[in-house]
Amino acid sequence: MSETENNIIRIRDLHFSRGHTKIFDGIDVDIPQGKITAIMGPSGTGKTTLLKLIGGQLKPQQGSIYFHNDNIPALNTKKLYAARKKMGMLFQTGALLTDMSVFDNIAFPLREHTDLPQVMIRDLVLMKLHAVGLRGARDLMPSQLSGGMARRAALARAIALDPEMILYDEPFTGQDPISMGVLVQLIRSINSALDITSIIVSHDIQETLEIADKIYIISQGKVIGHGTPDEINQSDSPWISQFVQGKADGPVPFHYPAPSYKDDMLAG
Amino acid sequence: MFNWFAQIGHISISFFSRLGKEVILFFQTTACFADLLSRPGLIIQQIFSVGVRSMLIIIVSGFFVGMVLGLQGYNTLVDFGAEESLGVVVALSLVRELGPVVTALLYAGRAGSALTAEIGLMKATEQLSGLEMMAVNPVERILAPRLLAGIISMPLLAAMFSAVGVFGGYLIGVEMLGVDSGSYWSQMQAKVDYHQDVLNGVIKSVVFGIVVTWIAVYEGYSCTPTSEGVSSATTRTVVNSALIVLGLDFLLTALML
Repeated sequence: MSETENNIIRIRDLHFSRGHTKIFDGIDVDIPQGKITAIMGPSGTGKTTLLKLIGGQLKPQQGSIYFHNDNIPALNTKKLYAARKKMGMLFQTGALLTDMSVFDNIAFPLREHTDLPQVMIRDLVLMKLHAVGLRGARDLMPSQLSGGMARRAALARAIALDPEMILYDEPFTGQDPISMGVLVQLIRSINSALDITSIIVSHDIQETLEIADKIYIISQGKVIGHGTPDEINQSDSPWISQFVQGKADGPVPFHYPAPSYKDDMLAG
Repeated sequence: MFNWFAQIGHISISFFSRLGKEVILFFQTTACFADLLSRPGLIIQQIFSVGVRSMLIIIVSGFFVGMVLGLQGYNTLVDFGAEESLGVVVALSLVRELGPVVTALLYAGRAGSALTAEIGLMKATEQLSGLEMMAVNPVERILAPRLLAGIISMPLLAAMFSAVGVFGGYLIGVEMLGVDSGSYWSQMQAKVDYHQDVLNGVIKSVVFGIVVTWIAVYEGYSCTPTSEGVSSATTRTVVNSALIVLGLDFLLTALML
């Protein structure tokens, strides 16, 4: 398959199951290069799983995930690691290495993958830390950081190798309004300043609609809608409107599947 | 009846599947040893963590075990007028058996459980996934240095245990109970054979080093990434290590007699 249009990621007919639970049932997703694309959907719908599939940490049962011209699930370990050097990932927990200072965490990928002299690594690390506002926190250990600071430090590490694409896993979850505002601004500025592609997995509707160029909404193993934030806001699909307006009941039911209430009560 | 067979089949398949995965991962880990030689800092850091930090418990335990051997040995030997052989009894007991075995059990409790908890928590907090996404192989960066450090540390710790134990036996036997100092050391020197005794002890401690460290590392790497999963994996490390060390000790003793 050749690279079509300007899509850095092309997912086709993706099927993925865990045990007997079907997570994705033949989804197609295109991630445009240089844009911010949001993957949204209710909890447990497989958004983080999709990021792990894109990063090659999981293998689908069927389908393809093209990153440029490389089909990620078909790559051998060496090629997969080469592809990952072009990706950065911000984990929900930050995933900073807890036995290293903030400085060493940011320097870690540079020390692992480059032969740069220490002086240059120091300058690069300070530049990345300055970009996220944590140059003064370089000597702190991860346990001394607040949740928002840990995520910003992890973001600095994600951009350490100047990747082409960053995957954000629930970047806004559990953040206070100030930290959330800082992260929204950082994601937007990093995306435009470094001219990279961003994929954000989130269910924080307002923040995501604010910065995304394109949105995919996934539920029950299918893509139930995609488009620009305006198109999503104006959609008359009951699935999308339930999600965007936060209705408790609808196509995604309030009740977990169970026998009839009457039968259950009479059974006792 | 059919369910019973199905259950046995399921358990057998799960067991061999896990065993197969473990063996493959073990060879993948040992295959990284050659690359580690170019980064000795990683190994030294882990030797400090699993070896140096276990020294206190090993030395204190070795000292007490040596003193108990001195007391018990003297009380038994004196009945036969053979108390001059106390040095041999203490040294052989420590070098051939107690040194490697007790060190392995203490190491499993001190360093093994810590290794499992550390790696398990790294998994639970997505640090291992983070390494993978930074194109860093966690098997090479996390598992291999710890396994190699364990293999290097265990014989050294066992040697310390035995040496301190021999000194503990001397304190009790010679200084307190009046065994002749010359007899204690000269009989030990004459009767403890380098190949038959010392080398056998070293072989045992190397084998225990591989087994205990691997159990610890694998349990952490394969645990369910929750607090309960890490806790169960840590318990399994200590229990399985103890059982396998004792079983292997019998096997190795029988083979090397």
